Amino acid sequence: MKRSRWLVLAIWLPGMALAALIVARARYSSDLSAFLPRSPSASQRLLVGQLQNGLATRLILIGIEGGDAQLRAQVSSRLAARLASDSALLGVSNGEAASAQRDQQFVFEHRYVLSDTVTPERFSVAGLREAIGAMLDLASSPAGLLAKSMLSRDPTGETLQIMEQLEPGGTAHSEQGVWSSPDGQRALLLAETRASGSDTDGQEQALALIRSDFAAALTSSTPSPGRATAPLRLVLSGPAVFAVSARSTIQREAMRLSLLSTGLIVALLLVVYRSATTVLLGLLPVLSGALAGVAAVAIGAGVVHGITLGFGITLIGESVDYSIYLFIQSRRGVQGGTPLAAPARLWRTIGLGMMTSVCGFASLLPSSFPGLQQLGLYSIAGLMVAAAVTRLVLPQLLPARLQIRDLAPLGAAAARLLAPVHVPALVLAMLGALCALLLYQHRATLWNRDLAALSPVPAAAQALDAKLRSELGAPDVSNLIVVSAPDQESVLQRSQRVAQQLDGLVAAGVIAGYESPTQFLPSRLTQAARRASLPDAPTLRTRLAAASSGLPLRAGAFDDFVNQVSAARTAPDLTRADLEHTSMGLALDALLWQHSGQWYALLPLRAKDTEGPAGDIDIARVRAALEANPPGSVLALNLKQETDALYGGYLREAARLALAGFAAIVLLLSAVLRSVARVARVIAPLALSVLVVSAALVLTGTELTILHLIGLLLIVAVGSNYALFFDRRAADHDRAGLPLTLASLLIANACTVIGFGVLASSPVPLLSALGSTVAPGAALALCFAALLTPRAVLAAPRSGTVG
Amino acid sequence: MSAPRQGAAPGACRRTCRRIGLIVIAAFWPLMLAAAVPGDLDRLLALLAQRQHGEAAFEQDQFLSVLTRPAHSSGLLTYDAPDRLEQHTLEPREQSAVLDHGVLTLQLGTHRRQLALRDYPQLAPLLESVRATLAGDRPALEKWFALDFQGDLDHWQLLLRPRDPSLAASVTQVRLRGERAAILEVDVQQPDGDHSLMRITPRE
Repeated sequence: MKRSRWLVLAIWLPGMALAALIVARARYSSDLSAFLPRSPSASQRLLVGQLQNGLATRLILIGIEGGDAQLRAQVSSRLAARLASDSALLGVSNGEAASAQRDQQFVFEHRYVLSDTVTPERFSVAGLREAIGAMLDLASSPAGLLAKSMLSRDPTGETLQIMEQLEPGGTAHSEQGVWSSPDGQRALLLAETRASGSDTDGQEQALALIRSDFAAALTSSTPSPGRATAPLRLVLSGPAVFAVSARSTIQREAMRLSLLSTGLIVALLLVVYRSATTVLLGLLPVLSGALAGVAAVAIGAGVVHGITLGFGITLIGESVDYSIYLFIQSRRGVQGGTPLAAPARLWRTIGLGMMTSVCGFASLLPSSFPGLQQLGLYSIAGLMVAAAVTRLVLPQLLPARLQIRDLAPLGAAAARLLAPVHVPALVLAMLGALCALLLYQHRATLWNRDLAALSPVPAAAQALDAKLRSELGAPDVSNLIVVSAPDQESVLQRSQRVAQQLDGLVAAGVIAGYESPTQFLPSRLTQAARRASLPDAPTLRTRLAAASSGLPLRAGAFDDFVNQVSAARTAPDLTRADLEHTSMGLALDALLWQHSGQWYALLPLRAKDTEGPAGDIDIARVRAALEANPPGSVLALNLKQETDALYGGYLREAARLALAGFAAIVLLLSAVLRSVARVARVIAPLALSVLVVSAALVLTGTELTILHLIGLLLIVAVGSNYALFFDRRAADHDRAGLPLTLASLLIANACTVIGFGVLASSPVPLLSALGSTVAPGAALALCFAALLTPRAVLAAPRSGTVG
Repeated sequence: MSAPRQGAAPGACRRTCRRIGLIVIAAFWPLMLAAAVPGDLDRLLALLAQRQHGEAAFEQDQFLSVLTRPAHSSGLLTYDAPDRLEQHTLEPREQSAVLDHGVLTLQLGTHRRQLALRDYPQLAPLLESVRATLAGDRPALEKWFALDFQGDLDHWQLLLRPRDPSLAASVTQVRLRGERAAILEVDVQQPDGDHSLMRITPRE
C-alpha cells in the first residue's frame, strides 16, 4: 500500500510539475483567429485570409456625435490634423477640402502615369487637336472655370479623366465641410492604422491615440456660445476595434468565468462536505485535469487560444463530478470500516461516463474551428487526467477518516419525492415527438445562416459598423475579382489585363463599373508605357502648333503643359509611398495586399443601378470574360454565395461531427452494456433533453448556430453520466446505495449546471450559446433519467440512511 | 431635407445681424433711408423660390486671356426646383451640362463626364450661386458669398462676393441682374481679369 502510494505520487507530482512548466511557457493568443475557420476551397481561404490579415483590417471608422454640426466639424478637422501627423496611422480622411485638395494635388502631379488615356495617339497632332477642342468646349460650359485653369497645364484633360475613373459608387454626405451621416447627426472620419490586423497590440495603441487626440481636439475647440448641446462623443468601429475589444473581453471573461464558477462550486461543496480539506482534495482532480488540458493544447496546437480557457470552465463542472461520486458514494465503505474502498462498480460507471464524454469531445477534434478543436483536446486530456487522479491519486491522499456530511437523507428525500411521480414513458415519448414536430415545422428558420453569428463581436457593435460604413458611402462589395501573383508588379500587371477585360463587360452592360488598385498605382510596365507615349518638348511644341492652328489661342498658352510633360517623361516611378496621406492611399491598401508570400489585388465590381437588391451581376458572364487568364490567378467571387457556402459547409461539418460523436457514444455503450434495452435506457433521457432544449431554444426565438449544435452534443456527453448511474441501479437491482447515488448525482449535476450556467451569462455569443444549451440540458438529462428509471428501483429504500 | 439644417447656423447669424442692425439703424437712421429696403432681397428670393420650372435662351461670351478672341456660345437653360439646372449649348457645338444634386454631368458629343462638385471646391460656389439664386435659397447663398442687393424688385442687381479667401482667388464677384423673377444677366469676374457674361432671355 505504502509503496504503491509513493509510486503514484512519484508519477503524479512530476507529471503535474511538467504540465505546469508547459503551461507557463505556452504561447497564448487572444486574437480572433480561434473563430476564423480553416477553410476548404482556395477562394474561401482567400476570404478568410482577408478577414484575418487583409489590409481592410487596418481601417478605423470614426464618428463624432453630440454637440452641433459646427462644433462637430471643428473637432473633426482638429482631430484629422492631429492624426495626420502621427506615425501610428498611415492616413486619415474626413472629407475636408484640404484632404480633397491633397488628393487633387496627387492626381494632378502624377496624371501622366495614372490616366489610362495617355497613349501615343493622344499626343499626336490629331489627338491633341481633338483634346484641345474638347477643352475649349468645356470652357463655355458651367465647368468653364475648371477648363480655363486646365487649358494651359492639362489641355488633354487627364486630371478629369482620372477623377472620373476614381469616382466611387457612393459618396459620403458632407456637412460644414466635413463628412457627415446623411441625417447630419454625426461627423465621420476614416483612419488607417500602420499596424496590420494581426498586430492587436499595435492597433490597441492606435485606438488609444485616436481617443487621446479626440480628447485634446475637444478641449481646444470652442463650442458655439449661448446654446446648450450634448457633449461630443467619439464612436469607433472597424476590425481593429473589434479585435481589441474581443481580446480584452476574452481575457476578462476567461478570468471572470473561471473565478465565478470555481467560487460557486467551492461554496456548494463547502456546504455539502462541511470540510475545507475535503473540498480542496475534491478540487485536486479538477486542477490536475485543467493543467493537463492546457498542456495538451500547448503541445498539440502550439498556441493556446484565450477562448479555450473560457470554454475550459466547462471542464470544472464535469471533472469535479468524479470526486463527488467518489466521496459521497464511498461513504458506505467508510462507515463499513474499509476506508475508501470504493466499489469497483463505481469506478466502472465513472470510467464509462468519462469515456462517453471523451467520445463526444473527440468529435470536435476534426472541426474547422481552432477554438473547437482546442476545446476538444483540452476536455479529453483534462477529463482523462481528472478521472485518473480521482481513481489513483485521491485515495492515496485522503485522510484515514474522511470528513463528509452524511448526504443519505438528501438522497432519500429526493427518492421519496421522485417515487410517487409516475410519468408514463408514453407521455415522455409524446413530449419528445412534440418537440421533434416543432423542430420539423421550424426547419426552415432553425439555423442561423449568417457567418456573423459566430463572431465574438456583439450584434450591436456589428450594426454600428454597418451603419458607419453605409454612411461613409462605402460601396456594397458583394461581387469582386481577386487577382493573385507572386509579386506586386506581376499582380498589378495582371490586374491591368483584367481591367481591360472588365472594360469590355462595362461596354456590354454586364457591370456598371469596377475599382482596381491599378487606378491608384499602375504597374511599372504600364507607367513606363505611358511615359513613353509622351513626346519630347520640341516635338510636342511642333504638334501643338499644328493642332491649335486656326484656334483662337494666344501664343505660349501651352508653355506650362510642355514643361510639365517634359518633367513627367523623366519622373521616377510612382510608388505606394507617394500615396501616403491621400484618400487614394487608404483605398489602395484595401485593394492591394500581401499575404504569406503572395500578392493579391481586389477589383470590386459595381452592379448597374437596378430596382432590386444591389449586386445583381451575372457572375457567370464575368467568369466567362476572365477565362483567358492563367488558371487560379483570377477569381470572380460573389461574396454572398461564398459566405453562404462557407457557413453552410461549417454547419454541415458540425452536424456530421455531432452525429459521429453520438454514434460513437452509442457504439461505446453497446459494447460495454451489451444490451439493447440498457443502451436505450441510457440514450432515451439524453435524446429527450436534446429535443426539449432545442425546442425551447426555437420557441424563445433563438436561431441555432454551430455552438448550439456542439452544446447539444455535450448534453449527451455529460448527461450520459447520470443515465449510466440510474442504469446501473436498475441493472444491478441494487437499492441499498440509492440515496447516496442520488445525492451524488444531484450535487454533480448542480456543479455542471453552475459551470455551464456561468458560461451562459457571458457576453461572448459563442460562450453563452454553449452555456445556455448545456446548463438546462444537463439538468433535464438528470430529470429524464430519473423519470425513466423503473419506479421500483427508486421506491425501495425506506431504510434510507444506509449505514 | 438639407435646406433647413443648413439654415440653422445662418439663422443664428441673421438674429445677431438683426440685433446689430437695430443699433446701427438707431445711430444712423437718416443715412439708412437712402439704402435699398433690406426686405427687397428676401422678397426677390421668395419670388424666385415660387418658381418650380423655368426655361430660357442664353448667349454667353467668355473673355479669357489665353484666347485671342472671346469664346461665344448660345443655347437653352432649364431649371427645375430646387437643384436641377441644365445648360444645353447649341452653338458652336452641341453639348449639355446638367447640375443635379451636386453632380455635374457633361455631355460633349458622345463623351460623357461626371464631376462630383465636392471634388472640385473651386467649381462648386459658382454653380451654387446661380442655382441658389434660382431656388431663392438665401442660406446657401450666404454660405459662400456676402450679398449686396441693389435696386428694387422690378429692376434689381445682386452682387455676390466670396467670403472665403480661397474662393476669392478664383472669383472676384458674381453679378446677377434681373427684373422681378427673371434673371437676365450673369457676369462672373475673375481676379486675373478674365470674365464671362451670360445674357438670358426667359421663354414663357
